Amino acid sequence: MVGFTPSVGDYAATSPEDGGGEDFMKTRGFLPALPALILLFAFFLFPVVRMLGFSVEAGTLDWYAKALGEQLYLQVFWNTFEIAVFVTAICLLLGYPLGFLIATTTPGWATLGFIFVLLPLWTSVLVRTYAWMVLLGRNGVFNRWLIDVGAIADPLPLLHNLSGVLIGMVHVLLPYMVLPVYGAVRRLDPALVAAAQGLGASNWRIFWRIYLPLTLPGIFAGSVIVFVLSLGFFITPALLGGGKVMMVAVLIEQEVHQTLNWPLAAALSAVLLALTLGVYGLAQAAARQEARP
Amino acid sequence: MASRSADLKVEGLVKRFGEVAALDGVSLDIASGELLTILGPSGSGKTTLLKVVAGFETPDAGFVRVDGVDITATPPARRDIGMVFQNYALFPHLTVERNVGFPLEMRNVARPEIGRRVAEALGLVELQGYGQRLPRQLSGGQQQRVALARAIVFNPRLLLLDEPFGALDRKLRETLQLEVRRLQRRLGLTTIFITHDQEEALVLSDRIAVMNKGCIEQVASTTEIYERPANDFVADFVGESNIFHGTVTEVGSVTLDAGRRLLIDHAAPVGSRVGVLMRPERFGRGANSFNGEVREAVYLGSSVKLRLACDDGLELIVRQPAGGPLPATGTRVAVGIEPESIHVF
Repeated sequence: MVGFTPSVGDYAATSPEDGGGEDFMKTRGFLPALPALILLFAFFLFPVVRMLGFSVEAGTLDWYAKALGEQLYLQVFWNTFEIAVFVTAICLLLGYPLGFLIATTTPGWATLGFIFVLLPLWTSVLVRTYAWMVLLGRNGVFNRWLIDVGAIADPLPLLHNLSGVLIGMVHVLLPYMVLPVYGAVRRLDPALVAAAQGLGASNWRIFWRIYLPLTLPGIFAGSVIVFVLSLGFFITPALLGGGKVMMVAVLIEQEVHQTLNWPLAAALSAVLLALTLGVYGLAQAAARQEARP
Repeated sequence: MASRSADLKVEGLVKRFGEVAALDGVSLDIASGELLTILGPSGSGKTTLLKVVAGFETPDAGFVRVDGVDITATPPARRDIGMVFQNYALFPHLTVERNVGFPLEMRNVARPEIGRRVAEALGLVELQGYGQRLPRQLSGGQQQRVALARAIVFNPRLLLLDEPFGALDRKLRETLQLEVRRLQRRLGLTTIFITHDQEEALVLSDRIAVMNKGCIEQVASTTEIYERPANDFVADFVGESNIFHGTVTEVGSVTLDAGRRLLIDHAAPVGSRVGVLMRPERFGRGANSFNGEVREAVYLGSSVKLRLACDDGLELIVRQPAGGPLPATGTRVAVGIEPESIHVF
């Protein structure tokens, strides 16, 4: 996306006989994209800026002081961060073996694995979250089954608490971990594994010494995506948390709809946006550092 | 570096992939310290044979024995076989030192010992001072040396080389070929070398096994393979050749299917069907003479290659020392070949 402009510029610069060539090339690339740009500006960028504008409308940074100074809001930010870390960790523990398996199994099993991973991705988050409510409730499918087989006497508290939120979020976000891991494992040259075997490495050591270090970029990419998406998660914590698990996005929604405190909601949004961009920026910097020879 | 080189025996190896038999009953004996080249076109099964010896493929039938011990079912990690892969397969995230030390680490050799042996192996391939580099910071030839050092550092019982020079330019390839040969002799390491390049095979080998369609066509010394190939395939695959078939009409004379009679120095009984091979560089003067017209002349630097259409209907490839102007197409020339320069099979 960013790389496209300079390459067009380079091309234009090689034809000096056409004085206005560079401008023309830029304009020509710009025009067809105009409708989408207008759409994005009118319905995305403008509303975001307008919304964030509420936070400083009074001409002071008081709302930011409140968002960042009050124990309650800091606690919510901390909760959000903690949940994002948990979700990322669980997704990694579940997703790495799954991605690894799909990448190394026979084509038939790989296709089946892909269907299991991708099908949920194509289903609405709302639908999936309601499905989890049906499964996890006090009278839900899980609890009834566990009681029927005699494993438990009283229903487990799975809904409207942290476990419910984690289960739901991990389910939604797992594909974002599996796919980069799958890609990283597939990119690994099978000759390296054969070489390690031939040089005397056990399967265990091949995993730790070859697979793991060489698939770190996939682990890293998946973790960043899952973590960043977790920070802004709304539907799943709102429905499965039942108001008991407070994440920033849920809090912002309450400020907008219930307390109607838009300036505070705007300040909270700005802080969340800054945090998210900060995490993303750090990840990019780390990736660049890694890529340097 | 102490050698604990072993001899290798493969017997009746069969490996099928679906309908295709990549190995169709392959047996080979390789003596301790010998360098045997497996030469064949792509798809001849040579890489499959190497994979079976290394343990990456399990044969459907047959045995692999090292020093008399059956290792057919031994996993690759416990075979003690050094291997250099086609694209070297260096671990990209490890330094040269860690790459070369990898097999020693896997054998739980003590750190100082690893350091000493890695330095020794890097010295053998003349890469002292490169230990801290990553593979991507090395040239192709240097990477190839690292792969070689990694394959010999743990004193393997066998060394397998899978077309290791394929990606290198000609000059570098020739240097490395001689270097591998020198190193292999010095260490006395039993080595199997895989290639489709017959010139490379002639330079490097003690013996050559020519493979075709999952079978071994001939195993013999380099001169034997070149001078006295066992059949059409070997004669045609190794070097340039003029191959004809005919019937022995009297002792010391064969009548080719095209009708031409040739004097031969061979005691094949009258009436037997034989093939005759005449190497292009063997033509000059001789008891068998050919008169013909130049169809094509190619200047090759040290020699000139001519394609002749002979009056007796044969078409010959002839090499002559370069010198004088290149004969024009249509020029009439006469060449000859002595009976003892004709190989009969």
